[in-house]
Amino acid sequence: MTTSSIMLDVSGLSKSFVLHTQGSARIAVFDNLSLQVHAGECVALDGPSGAGKSTLMRMLYANYRTDTGAVRVHHRGTMVDLATAPPRTVIDVRRRTLGYVSQFLRVIPRVSTLDVVAEPLRALGTAGEEADERARGMLQRLNVPERLWDLAPATFSGGEQQRVNVARGFVAELPVLLLDEPTASLDAINRQCVVDLIGEAKSRGAAIVGIFHDRRVRDDVADRVFDMSETLAAGGAAA
Amino acid sequence: MPDDQMLLRVEGVTKSFGAVRACHDVTFDLWPGEVLGIVGESGSGKTTLLNCLAGRLEPDSGTVAYRNRADELSDIFAMSEPERRMLSRTDWGFVHQNPRDGLRLDITAGGNIGERMMMVGARHYGNIRTEAETWMDRVELDLDRIDAAPRTFSGGMQQRLQIARNLVSGPRLVFMDEPTGGLDVSVQARLLDLLRELVRELRVAVVIVTHDLAVARLLSDRLMVMRDGTVVESGLTDQVLDDPQHEYSQLLVSSILQV
Repeated sequence: MTTSSIMLDVSGLSKSFVLHTQGSARIAVFDNLSLQVHAGECVALDGPSGAGKSTLMRMLYANYRTDTGAVRVHHRGTMVDLATAPPRTVIDVRRRTLGYVSQFLRVIPRVSTLDVVAEPLRALGTAGEEADERARGMLQRLNVPERLWDLAPATFSGGEQQRVNVARGFVAELPVLLLDEPTASLDAINRQCVVDLIGEAKSRGAAIVGIFHDRRVRDDVADRVFDMSETLAAGGAAA
Repeated sequence: MPDDQMLLRVEGVTKSFGAVRACHDVTFDLWPGEVLGIVGESGSGKTTLLNCLAGRLEPDSGTVAYRNRADELSDIFAMSEPERRMLSRTDWGFVHQNPRDGLRLDITAGGNIGERMMMVGARHYGNIRTEAETWMDRVELDLDRIDAAPRTFSGGMQQRLQIARNLVSGPRLVFMDEPTGGLDVSVQARLLDLLRELVRELRVAVVIVTHDLAVARLLSDRLMVMRDGTVVESGLTDQVLDDPQHEYSQLLVSSILQV
């Protein structure tokens, strides 16, 4: 793979929400949006609150549906369109290719922090002991205290949960990463740690799309800013 | 790769009880290792559909085709009754909401697990006993209780025993009808986590009926939302729950109380 290869190819993307339970209000988010991200490149989404940055991120992960347009991801040698792929294909793309670090950790009762972090590796077939070892390394790096590793993260502080989330998102070294404010509730040391992780991911060829409200972080990691203030669908918010 | 071929192909399944249309024109495919959640309120036809899929209730029209271990896709209602019964013992499991419907309450816990093994041909007592012990442990039941009758168990313990009884024979497809339905919340969480682990580890395909969207999110890869016997929306689980399109799905999701 060359560094110039396209990993994520978004074209003609449109999105609106129709709220049936609230008088069928229709909220247009954006219209005919296109974006390409190459291997080794980090693109920061920018725009005012409500411009649709998080909505776009969720569409890139196929968490939200696409009205029109395509979200093509370089997956196992071909470009797969997540907007039309069947669920089991989307699941395979998420397992092998596309990682997502959200602002909040979705906690599963009784699952330990170490298992939460090691799980993406196990899903790729990494043997249990090796997966655990790499998960420990990642938790150590993000300064999550060792006494917490055997506990479920439900009761952790916001910053601790965020770091568990980052560890989980980076451990499998997936080729495309989506980062929704990965440093939102972190202190300076841990923020730098995440900046380093992003830098390393880029140098191994990962394509990254992120929302970084912290300007210092964005300046450190982003190669390009994608301005979403112009993509707002005609007619504005409500119609 | 066997995963390239669907395990179950369901086409146009329709079932009415008199004038009541319990499920109408349901069509979907299920792949090996895939977990499909069927959600909807009471009376939406979920359980009727599940019973049709599992060969327990014959649909008025439509077909349910299953790919057997010999790689033949055949209509389960075109089979003879003994063939279908054999399939439900060797290849399938069925976890009932009420464990009393899926267990024999008078024989021991170990016997409940062992009986299912004997249905698929196990004969050696020592092996059956050892395997029963292994499964007691896997579903987190105290080994001391192996010779006790399940009527002396709590609801949560009975449900875990029912799961052990269903999984011990290595089924390829398990049907579950509200498996966490009658349990306390703390017991539910433990059972859910256990189910999630077992399903992933054994790579078994599951069709699970539940009215609890949190259960559906935790266990299933894909969802079908049913209302008045019809599938109104289907897709990737997190997509259906986070960006529901149909009016009824939106109502279901927005009705969840936040804690």
